[in-house]
Amino acid sequence: MTEALLDVRDLRTRFYTQDGVVKAVNGVSYAMQPGEILGVVGESGCGKSVHAMSILRLIQIPPGKIESGEVWFGGRDLLKLSEEEMRRVRGHEIAMVFQDPMSSLNPVYTVGFQICEALMLHKQMTMQQARNRAQELLGWVGIPEPRKRLDHYPHQFSGGMRQRAMIAMALSCEPRLLIADEPTTALDVTIQAQIVNLVVRLQEELGMAVMWITHDLGVVAEMVQRVNVMYAGYIIERGEVLDIYHHTRHPYTQGLLGSLPRLDEAPGTKLVSIPGLPPDLVALPTGCPFYARCLHRTEQCAEAMPPLVECDQPGHLVACWHWQEIAEKTTK
Amino acid sequence: MTTETNVLLQVRNLKKYFPIYKGLVFSRHVNDVKAVDDVSFDVFRGETLGLVGETGCGKTTVGRTVLRLYEPTEGQVLFDGVDLMSLRENDMRRFRRRMQMIFQDPYASLNPRMTVGSIISAPLDVHTSLGQAQKRERVQELLRIVGLNPDFVNRYPHEFSGGQRQRIGIARALAINPDLIVCDEPISSLDVSIQAQVVNLLEELQDQLGLTYIFIAHDLSMVRHISDRMAVMYLGKIMELANRDEIYLNPLHPYTQALMSAVPVPDPLRARKRQRILLEGDLPSPVNPPAGCRFNTRCPLADERCRQEPPLYRELKPGHFVACHYAERFLT
Repeated sequence: MTEALLDVRDLRTRFYTQDGVVKAVNGVSYAMQPGEILGVVGESGCGKSVHAMSILRLIQIPPGKIESGEVWFGGRDLLKLSEEEMRRVRGHEIAMVFQDPMSSLNPVYTVGFQICEALMLHKQMTMQQARNRAQELLGWVGIPEPRKRLDHYPHQFSGGMRQRAMIAMALSCEPRLLIADEPTTALDVTIQAQIVNLVVRLQEELGMAVMWITHDLGVVAEMVQRVNVMYAGYIIERGEVLDIYHHTRHPYTQGLLGSLPRLDEAPGTKLVSIPGLPPDLVALPTGCPFYARCLHRTEQCAEAMPPLVECDQPGHLVACWHWQEIAEKTTK
Repeated sequence: MTTETNVLLQVRNLKKYFPIYKGLVFSRHVNDVKAVDDVSFDVFRGETLGLVGETGCGKTTVGRTVLRLYEPTEGQVLFDGVDLMSLRENDMRRFRRRMQMIFQDPYASLNPRMTVGSIISAPLDVHTSLGQAQKRERVQELLRIVGLNPDFVNRYPHEFSGGQRQRIGIARALAINPDLIVCDEPISSLDVSIQAQVVNLLEELQDQLGLTYIFIAHDLSMVRHISDRMAVMYLGKIMELANRDEIYLNPLHPYTQALMSAVPVPDPLRARKRQRILLEGDLPSPVNPPAGCRFNTRCPLADERCRQEPPLYRELKPGHFVACHYAERFLT
């Protein structure tokens, strides 16, 4: 096995608020290989964004605090770097694309300037070099008339174009890892299809790794190699994309898949909904966080959180005491 | 099914233009946003008509204009044979009790200073002459129907989660036994597992109470799941309308075909095999929509005729309406 690009070990992030301690990320460990596309899936409040922000140390401290863990990237533990060293990693070696392209672009600077800024900072380019490079990048992500567009302001771009500009900015320094946090959630399906195609194409051409964070199991199915399913700050299932969708072992993942309508479903199909609500992160139960909503729960589940262990397929990890029974039921 | 008595709502040549003014002192009417431009359709009693389309295609405006929450610029809306647009305010109020709406954002559509009890009983105050005790009883019954604890009447909206708030909105819409409910993106702000709960609830209520829904959403697979018939809108016009299976299996409009192919499939094996029709570019502005067919700027089939002559919205097969010059090509 080649050396991992990103190795996250036992990452824990908490927020100290007036209402109590929010346990947002509760011991997340996994590795990403160079060039891999990883999907991180979960509902709102499951810790998927906070875990990515923790990797880049973008958590506001206080109220947030990274309690423990290691994030190995390029032979260094990112959590131990100085703020200045960290600044050289962000945008240069690891870049991030955010959900809302309107609020993550600065409305008072031109799009061109915002792309050039990173190039001049990280690549020591002159303004003219940076402008040429920025023009090339905008063309690359499929924005027509890139030269003219450099001098436009974000409000002159449509939603899809802003997200493309964000991607151009993220790619400007040729990062080895791109973290995309719900990059298509605010966009229409036809534009979403364009962005997904673009990222997959660029990933192939540049060989970078991509972490695609989303709540949409549909988008993930067609583009990623591996999936981490998160719930209440834990990874509860992780594996190859085919294993996750076709040999699902965790009851929560099964529930998520069942609650999605399919375009090709038979008439009269009922959606399988998961009863109840996700747990309050301030007062997490001692055992499995999915206990209250689970159809397979037993006393054991209330007592202790199951460890993330390999199940019947190699490389397929699941955190459930009863995965074997579930496997037997679903294969029958 | 198409007999007159079964038609609850007939919409004929509905137009809604929002005027644009220029100049502060001598403001003059310079142009219009053509949000809905000549739309006709029927809604049968007890069915669900889905309205889909991308952001800004006018689907919400159709829903609101049908209920006369917006005054239409032109056109007719016949509810049970009565033209709503010709009614005066007092007469309109009698019809309003037969049609209700569920809104998209459960955080904005419930008054934070009112208790759940007073929110749900507001329509009862306006439209009925029930006494306090009867109202209270009805509110508790409604809470039970939508799956909430009847003891919650004195709580405030902020004490509830998004899915629970949407249930409160549904209870309010049901309070006066309406015939028609316009659901405007009722689930798009909810998490996946909660979406399924709300959709199942809406389906159960329809079976029990014989409701008719107009279900507006941008999520095609969800609209297909819940609807009997679907209308696809683009830039203020209906491009295609047919029953749910027909529109999925034999889409006759190139826009519908592209939209269907852009919907993510939560199944990695099928997603990889799928042929995608990628649309280029963005939605044009509804202020100056393209001449001829509205879709011609993004259509893979567009030619000279499409750029000049608007296609007729016509019934190509029984119950299957389409607005494309070349729809006959796709007839099988």
